[in-house]
Amino acid sequence: MRILVSLICGTLFGAGLYISGMIDPQKVLGFLDIWAIADGDWDPSLAFVMGGGLIVAMPIFQFAKKRSDAVCGGGLELPTNKNITGKLILGGALFGAGWGLVGYCPGPALSALAFGQTDTIIFVATMLAGMAGARALHLNR
Amino acid sequence: MENFTPVSALIGGGLIGLASGLYLLLNGRIAGISGIVGGLLTSSKGSTPMIERLVFLIGLIVGPLVLMTGTSIEAQSVVTSPLPIVIAAGLLVGIGTTIGSGCTSGHGICGLSRFSLRSLVATLSFMIAGFLTVLVTRHLMGVA
Repeated sequence: MRILVSLICGTLFGAGLYISGMIDPQKVLGFLDIWAIADGDWDPSLAFVMGGGLIVAMPIFQFAKKRSDAVCGGGLELPTNKNITGKLILGGALFGAGWGLVGYCPGPALSALAFGQTDTIIFVATMLAGMAGARALHLNR
Repeated sequence: MENFTPVSALIGGGLIGLASGLYLLLNGRIAGISGIVGGLLTSSKGSTPMIERLVFLIGLIVGPLVLMTGTSIEAQSVVTSPLPIVIAAGLLVGIGTTIGSGCTSGHGICGLSRFSLRSLVATLSFMIAGFLTVLVTRHLMGVA
């Protein structure tokens, strides 16, 4: 059951990225280009994706948080680290720089593999290498 | 603003939120893509079975495949950056999300939905870095 739920959630997530247009890096860069607001060229769509996501996810999260276990069994695994560290901010900044360079974050990059394009495959391969390398150096702790 | 697509953005965003919410409610896990992928790249502990991580990621690709073959909804995924930039960006995203413990989904959607201050700080950090990077590449250097 848990495996089926994982597949369904992943599929819904991928469908959401496709429908919202976030699977296209140019759509993401159009949002990150807030500097084009004055010219009327800014694309606020990503903010609406976040908004739509939060409107639906927030009530489910607040309901789920009150439960002691998951519906399909097992515990709720919520992050316990509450520390605001330099590492958190540095990691966010490095990620944001990479995000702003091409327009891919992890979810859309993986979903875009559906198009089978070489650039996407290279991005995902180097992203995986970066994740594996950083983990090998225990930078995730 | 001719590229602004508020309706499809809200619907797609809602689906992403639904997927994240159901994943926590039903499986008890955070739908953070970088975390799900990262767990596949390490041999150590982790209480989420590899098969659950793997089928979630397969779903990420199946979703778009179903829509592009079974419906008239169209989408594209255009990369305009030169190869060295694509490689650098992939490494930065991989390393950054590992050091910062999350990405747009884990911190942005899930973290904010559970009112995590830590995730709010991370989200502000990567959004500001994204804005500044585009400022440099598009407006100061004039590329892409």
